[in-house]
Amino acid sequence: MATLMATLQYIISTVEFNHSGELLATGDKGGRVVIFQQEQENKIQSHSRGEYNVYSTFQSHEPEFDYLKSLEIEEKINKIRWLPQKNAAQFLLSTNDKTIKLWKISERDKRPEGYNLKEEDGRYRDPTTVTTLRVPVFRPMDLMVEASPRRIFANAHTYHINSISINSDYETYLSADDLRINLWHLEITDRSFNIVDIKPANMEELTEVITAAEFHPNSCNTFVYSSSKGTIRLCDMRASALCDRHSKLFEEPEDPSNRSFFSEIISSISDVKFSHSGRYMMTRDYLSVKIWDLNMENRPVETYQVHEYLRSKLCSLYENDCIFDKFECCWNGSDSVVMTGSYNNFFRMFDRNTKRDITLEASRENNKPRTVLKPRKVCASGKRKKDEISVDSLDFNKKILHTAWHPKENIIAVATTNNLYIFQDKVN
Amino acid sequence: MAGAAGPGTGPGAAGGDGDDSLYPIAVLIDELRNEDVQLRLNSIKKLSTIALALGVERTRTELLPFLTDTIYDEDEVLLALAEQLGNFTGLVGGPDFAHCLLPPLESLATVEETVVRDKAVESLRQISQEHTSVALEAHFVPLVKRLASGDWFTSRTSACGLFSVCYPRASNAVKAEIRQHFRSLCSDDTPMVRRAAASKLGEFAKVLELDSVKSEIVPLFTNLASDEQDSVRLLAVEACVSIAQLLSQEDLEALVMPILRQAAEDKSWRVRYMVADKFSELQKAVGPKITQNDLIPAFQNLLKDCEAEVRAAAAHKVKELCENLPIEGRETIIMNQILPYIKELVSDTNQHVKSALASVIMGLSTILGKENTIEHLLPLFLAQLKDECPEVRLNIISNLDCVNEVIGIRQLSQSLLPAIVELAEDAKWRVRLAIIEYMPLLAGQLGVEFFDEKLNSLCMAWLVDHVYAIREAATNNLMKLVQKFGTEWAQNTIVPKVLVMANDPNYLHRMTTLFCINALSEACGQEITTKQMLPIVLKMAGDQVANVRFNVAKSLQKIGPILDTDALQEEVKPVLQKLGQDEDMDVKYFAQEAMSVVAQRLRKLDLPVKDSDEPSAPGADKNHFLRPRGPGEDAGKVSRDRAARVASEAAVEAAQLGVGTQPRSGPAYQLCVNPRETLAHLEIVGLVHFSQSRD
Repeated sequence: MATLMATLQYIISTVEFNHSGELLATGDKGGRVVIFQQEQENKIQSHSRGEYNVYSTFQSHEPEFDYLKSLEIEEKINKIRWLPQKNAAQFLLSTNDKTIKLWKISERDKRPEGYNLKEEDGRYRDPTTVTTLRVPVFRPMDLMVEASPRRIFANAHTYHINSISINSDYETYLSADDLRINLWHLEITDRSFNIVDIKPANMEELTEVITAAEFHPNSCNTFVYSSSKGTIRLCDMRASALCDRHSKLFEEPEDPSNRSFFSEIISSISDVKFSHSGRYMMTRDYLSVKIWDLNMENRPVETYQVHEYLRSKLCSLYENDCIFDKFECCWNGSDSVVMTGSYNNFFRMFDRNTKRDITLEASRENNKPRTVLKPRKVCASGKRKKDEISVDSLDFNKKILHTAWHPKENIIAVATTNNLYIFQDKVN
Repeated sequence: MAGAAGPGTGPGAAGGDGDDSLYPIAVLIDELRNEDVQLRLNSIKKLSTIALALGVERTRTELLPFLTDTIYDEDEVLLALAEQLGNFTGLVGGPDFAHCLLPPLESLATVEETVVRDKAVESLRQISQEHTSVALEAHFVPLVKRLASGDWFTSRTSACGLFSVCYPRASNAVKAEIRQHFRSLCSDDTPMVRRAAASKLGEFAKVLELDSVKSEIVPLFTNLASDEQDSVRLLAVEACVSIAQLLSQEDLEALVMPILRQAAEDKSWRVRYMVADKFSELQKAVGPKITQNDLIPAFQNLLKDCEAEVRAAAAHKVKELCENLPIEGRETIIMNQILPYIKELVSDTNQHVKSALASVIMGLSTILGKENTIEHLLPLFLAQLKDECPEVRLNIISNLDCVNEVIGIRQLSQSLLPAIVELAEDAKWRVRLAIIEYMPLLAGQLGVEFFDEKLNSLCMAWLVDHVYAIREAATNNLMKLVQKFGTEWAQNTIVPKVLVMANDPNYLHRMTTLFCINALSEACGQEITTKQMLPIVLKMAGDQVANVRFNVAKSLQKIGPILDTDALQEEVKPVLQKLGQDEDMDVKYFAQEAMSVVAQRLRKLDLPVKDSDEPSAPGADKNHFLRPRGPGEDAGKVSRDRAARVASEAAVEAAQLGVGTQPRSGPAYQLCVNPRETLAHLEIVGLVHFSQSRD
């Protein structure tokens, strides 16, 4: 069953559920953040639990100009991360290339009424008629959702921020750019600590960059970062204040038979995500998804091919720059299924227990609300069966880079260029 | 009444029929919900005025319910509100009604902003004392329980700070409940709450019965100290200090020490850092015996920790640790168990560690006495004086007085001198500035001969430094040196050199002469000032640069009080009068200002200064170059508009404040550059005044 959500004016650049799954935030290229809320009233009728409605929209970042470097700073939202809920309000961090902001999203359903010197409509009263004092009284009003910026964490990154991740201690978070990782306290904006710096003294010796970084979900001292060389480093913040030396290095030896000009490019890791349990982590490179056991560094425990049929097309993908696309990946709530995107508005799911995989398509033409998605198949070569799509007819402009999975239920959010689709389990 | 601010005093209130006093209050109440944060804040700060006008009854039934719902406001408003409510008991009808203040503070205790929550908790603690025992159990304790079992962790963290104030006055049954609640918060799911509980553990332990401390607090402490979160474990170290004070030595050894030992060897450097940082407190809390058996070995490990942050924190504590050792046997312990580790730190790879050590190491000499200092510490001082990092050298030099008392500074002077000279010529002006600050101290300890021989030339060189801050500090330094060595020394060594600069081709150096005279005149006394300095100052009144001339006027104003009336009358006054006719308006301005000061001293004299022409107060700016200008003056093309704007702004402000609407001659400031002076002499602190008449 499928629900087409909304057509957004701009290209969606990130999608993220909050910790309860009740809210879903998207960020777009125009610097806006849109928050959707799961339908409340019909919660008893299970068929509509996948309904999400717009809850709040606000402009998180504006385009800026760095006068010292003569560079434009895009307003595009690179990442959104929700904070664990601390009171009735909700908080999230959003970041563009340079600046991280902490937003508070709160509800208000009362407003004060009653002035001494003027009427409610603003007309002034004759002061001589004021003979008694009136104290304003709060009265119920229509629900209003407000988003207000609470903190701005700026001026700490020379390069582009690619990741932010909140620590399980609830008071710190990290932000990673191409060469450095900084550690912040959520309440302190004028100071951050650099914990990783891979910038070589001479930039000509630069061989790799940081592509993603994430904190472990419950071990507050552990974080990982992935590199463009296909390695993942795990660091222990207990050992030292500076984590330039990793405590574990996850790397799979290269298969010599597959070696080509593109080997290094396609081995670059575009996303790394810990499982909810904290036992595993998943990495996405250009052609595959790998699951690593944190206790085994020399190879992944599982490898899933996302679109192996593209291996023969790498040359043209290099020419149209698609080979540099940064696909993200996500776990389902129980860590049993993983999901990631592909081209032609296809997205892939892999069941870790049954080893079954499925390709689905997010498109407006095929999907009316409440229809069941049909599995898709791409044929690599040779005879094309009925219902199969040939590799050559794939549309590489339609790519699904950002997906998110509800932390508790089987509800997923899939962002095509400027549409957000929300799918849920078929219910009878 | 304090509330009579804002438009309340405007003409609007004039027509009131006997209810004049209500109007300002009505404004304040309305502004509680004004769109402008500043006005809301202003109203909240005058909340007591509003409450007083409403009376206790209406405050309780109307104002407090309104405030309870006001938690959507800006943090600064909420912070002010939380603070106000702490002192509100009298305004709601005294202790019998103190519980009425709980609902607004309860909602403030759940907001996300830590400062607001902390302030709300502080006010709640204050109010708890005003509750009767009955009211405490009927109202306050239920509030604490509500917060402690709240859904959101903000409320649970706030609860942690309230247990210790209600526990002592509660009945036994309630006490058991309170302990139960505290226990559950110590094992809360969220680290935020566990941190709050850990940080209040010591405070809560102090109000508990000793039995409960042993049976309940110690297990909680043990759990928190082995929490999976580093940030919780490190707070347990702090709690350790308070708990240790409550227990006997045997209990301490059995219950607390295993945990402290574990913390000192924790896998996380942040926990070990905390142990190092709290070392003196821990040392005092556990007493000398345990210190010797346990803490000293732990300290040795911290001094050679693999993490530089930990070593630096430990190095900072070296002196305090040694001081707090029992006098008997202290020397042996230090010599055998501490000093070897300190020696290692002197050549540490990390400069923060070395500079932390340098800031305390000199203090050891008083503890160890002369012989040990010469034999063991002196080589370390000398090594640090040659350290590559300027901060290390500075830290040694800044603490020379400790060594001076014990062995005299002569022992060090041979190494000291190159170190000082090097710092004095450091490329970073902040380093130069730092060493200048220590010059008077050094001079006092090295004595006048050594100073004259080696350091005097440095002090004079700083006067012509190309950074203004250095020249300024150098001038102040001269004054302090004169205070130390006396006027005769000044007359022979300093004054001639300073006065020679009056003929320097660089006008900045000529001005330095004037600044030096300003600083030195008082310390040198009337005779030197009149005979040696005054002639030079008067001569400079003919300088071709306007900046020099108006500084002459300022100098004359400054040294005026030191001169005798004859000199004032016969020498200063004519020069000031001449400057008062100067073609440059700024020179005129300062000359007139100086004249009015001089005139006060020479009361007999009639001066051509009318009241209306008297310069406004902000004119006495010590840093020059910024000059106040009245809008009435011919202020030049560019600055005129600005002056007018500023003046009208001042008028608006004055009108808002309810004072007279007549625009006062508000100062407008002008920063310009004299194009005739060489640009090489320009720098940020020394912007040159633009002389309009030469344009």
